[in-house]
Amino acid sequence: MTTTPVRFYQVGSFAVGNRLLAPELASVQSDPDRANALTSGHRACQGCGEALGARYVLDAAMAAAGGRMVTVNATGCLEVFSTPYPESSWRVPWLHSVFGNAPAVATGVAAALRALGRDDIRTVAQGGDGGTVDIGFACLSGMFERNDDVLYICYDNQAYMNTGVQRSGATPPAARTATTQAVGPHPGNVFGQGKDVPRIAMAHEIPYVATATVADLRDLEAKVAKAMAMHGARYLHVFVPCPLGWGAASSHTVRIARLATESGIFPVFEAEHGEVTSVRKIRRQVPVEEYLRLQGRYAHLFRPTRNEEVLTRLQAAADRNIARYGLLGDDAVPEPASGEPVLVGAAPHLEHPARPSDHHAPSTSAGPGLDLHGNPAPDPRSDPAPRAHEEA
Amino acid sequence: MDKPFAITLDLGSSLANRTGAWRVERPVYRDFLPPCNKACPAGENIQQWLYDAEDGHYERAWRTLMADNPLPAVMGRVCYHPCQTACNRGQLDEAVGINAVERFLGDEAIRQGWTVPVTAPPSGKHVLVVGSGPTGLAAAYHLRLLGHDVTLRDAAPRPGGMMRYGIPAYRLPRDVLDAEIQRIVDMGVTLELDTRVTTVQPDLERFDAVLLAVGAQIGRRAYVPAGEAARILDAVQVLRDVEDADAPQLGRRVVVYGGGNTAVDAARTARRLGAEEAIIVYRRTRERMPAHDSEVVEALEEGVQMKWLSTIAHADEGRLTIEKMELDETGFPRPTGVLEDLEADSVVLALGQEADLSLVEGVSGLVVEDGVVAVDERLMTGHPGLFAGGDMVPSERTVTVGVGHGKRAARNIDAYLHGVASEAAPPAPDAEFGALNTWYYADAPHQVRPRLEGPRRAGTFDEVVQGLTAETALFEARRCMSCGNCFGCDNCFGVCPDNAIIKHPDGTYEIDYDYCKGCGLCVEECPCGAIEMVPETP
Repeated sequence: MTTTPVRFYQVGSFAVGNRLLAPELASVQSDPDRANALTSGHRACQGCGEALGARYVLDAAMAAAGGRMVTVNATGCLEVFSTPYPESSWRVPWLHSVFGNAPAVATGVAAALRALGRDDIRTVAQGGDGGTVDIGFACLSGMFERNDDVLYICYDNQAYMNTGVQRSGATPPAARTATTQAVGPHPGNVFGQGKDVPRIAMAHEIPYVATATVADLRDLEAKVAKAMAMHGARYLHVFVPCPLGWGAASSHTVRIARLATESGIFPVFEAEHGEVTSVRKIRRQVPVEEYLRLQGRYAHLFRPTRNEEVLTRLQAAADRNIARYGLLGDDAVPEPASGEPVLVGAAPHLEHPARPSDHHAPSTSAGPGLDLHGNPAPDPRSDPAPRAHEEA
Repeated sequence: MDKPFAITLDLGSSLANRTGAWRVERPVYRDFLPPCNKACPAGENIQQWLYDAEDGHYERAWRTLMADNPLPAVMGRVCYHPCQTACNRGQLDEAVGINAVERFLGDEAIRQGWTVPVTAPPSGKHVLVVGSGPTGLAAAYHLRLLGHDVTLRDAAPRPGGMMRYGIPAYRLPRDVLDAEIQRIVDMGVTLELDTRVTTVQPDLERFDAVLLAVGAQIGRRAYVPAGEAARILDAVQVLRDVEDADAPQLGRRVVVYGGGNTAVDAARTARRLGAEEAIIVYRRTRERMPAHDSEVVEALEEGVQMKWLSTIAHADEGRLTIEKMELDETGFPRPTGVLEDLEADSVVLALGQEADLSLVEGVSGLVVEDGVVAVDERLMTGHPGLFAGGDMVPSERTVTVGVGHGKRAARNIDAYLHGVASEAAPPAPDAEFGALNTWYYADAPHQVRPRLEGPRRAGTFDEVVQGLTAETALFEARRCMSCGNCFGCDNCFGVCPDNAIIKHPDGTYEIDYDYCKGCGLCVEECPCGAIEMVPETP
């Protein structure tokens, strides 16, 4: 987590770039010569959070590794939309593994490089939440347990999106998926199941575990850079909204990720050897409802009537995260007083508590977001042309 | 076949896949009209000069500013900054201190001796400008930039009009005013002082065009029942005498009658001339005073007293009779019959000003309505080639409006001299607060300009409001949210999942429509709302 004070330059370090910053302080993504590890022409849906997150992560990893890096990719959306034979969107050395064994293949890659004496080449593995939390979990746990020199990235879009939005072990309670329909007395996914893999990873006491979102680029890049500077098993869990699977507007991908952190429903933190070492504080706290309302997968909580019981339980889950990780409070950085004051880059303190929304039209609490949900549940199998090539 | 086993196709890049074909809406970069620019009576491109100032390019910022307003150091002191009232940042924390940055730039230009070169070829046309106030000076400046010869004529011994003879020095130091006027004169303006134009008729033949900007110099008289020995003065004359003649003797207790800025100026001046008590008597309430609130606050700090809901019923030597007023349902003041006495050595009337229009008597086609000269949207009177602006035409009477009139008049005179219609591009659509994504702006409180402490002000004409330092001016400039206009934050370049934004070396961006899928993320995450989605047309 960046705690380097950034002088007040209009947008601080909230935006991707900042023309007023010195080049050495610029983000990787603001560089016109960034690696673009995942290049244009890929077939991800409009506004895909995973495509965005993958480029953010791999470009930062490429910058940290000086371009000497091998990536291993589990089956899933990320693999399918990027590599329909014979095309590839990858501009990094890239291996496709089957759904369940990306950690094992990455372990093999790292071992092979070690055998070749190539300790200058780093190994990064990546997969979606299905390939990580469920199908590849045994391999992942083994990789952690052996402390293999691999950075594993999980792009968490909270369901099996590639095959038609089925529930995964990362699907949150109450969310509607193709296999947890919004019907019956307890619509959507059940409470009390699923896995919190960042905490499971911490339980392995590996050198580094962190969570991040596509809404806070500086934080994400700093974590990748930090992870790449370390050796052994490292785990980065990136929250990547899925417009199609979540029934959200394609333009709301970053906004939803931001609301997830600002509501506390997705805690952003980092841990070393099993201990939490820093958290990203909430800047402008919002009720979890602000986050839910933008997503069709939660529409049944608001229509035809508000499901107060479930909303209360989800708010309680956010509140538990806030308490557990200490997401509220000051960062002990003084307010700018005059002249060229300092602001903390990635983790500004809570300045405007409990605003009704982040004041950005269209409002989260009023109509536009919800209007989306008037439509029937998105069914990826009947989705038009762009996805027709994908395996189902 | 030299391909590996089971491989039949060459490896290809996904760049062959033009995903832009998916798009039903396309993002387009726009330049919207920020509220500050829209509100500025002088038509300044405030967002642009703040942008220039943000990275410390003060000279470039000053030159952008000077394209519209040749008096930034003056304006940075006396403008009532409607830009700040309109500023979108006011809805987030506090408005940007635009006025303070403008003053900083103006002062910096004087300190560094920056000048504006006249590069236009001589037009051979000669324009007479009557009146060297803000309108006349601004017009002379813009006309010179357009290559015309300009004669600037004024009845007073020194130029500046009401900026010199109406605005006290504690608000506008004379060295600042002199420096900005001199810079305009040095551009080749022929200045004729102490030259009253009694009738403009002969000049209409001698010059290719004439601009009248004589202001409203005559204090409006109201009938105040008064004894013979009562000492009743006119605020306009008092302020003028302070500047050019011996300081008027006002006495120990001075009552100022009126509620406008001139009344406040007169009361604060009286304190500085040695009056122990200066009392403003006004018929309505403080909320209804036309005077600007900051001036009222500063006056109160200096010990000026206010008697609201009061009128002068009778004036005698050394004493006044005050009648209390009350507001009726429509807010109009009416007498209550309750009288009280008030000691006063002199009464200064500040009840508004009127224009002396004797110089236009007999000009064919020219129309005078309600004591001011009627003009069309070009600021031309009914007489072809005769223009008028500033306080003598229907307008809000401020320096800023005057400067705006000067610019408008100059452009229309130029068009008139070339025999063409002045082209005015339609304004861009408004940059709305709702289109901003304010998440991205760092929290930053407004920087306040230091002020001399109230008790230290009386008895001196030293400037009350001090300037920002370079450091604080830079900070303040960077608080600008650049509403509706790109400021180079790279967000669109960063958040596009399809890498469909190209960042050029000069810091501008372009959308690669071959790959843009039209998701709208760039529009949503643009902090300043400078990108718009428009439907694709089949």
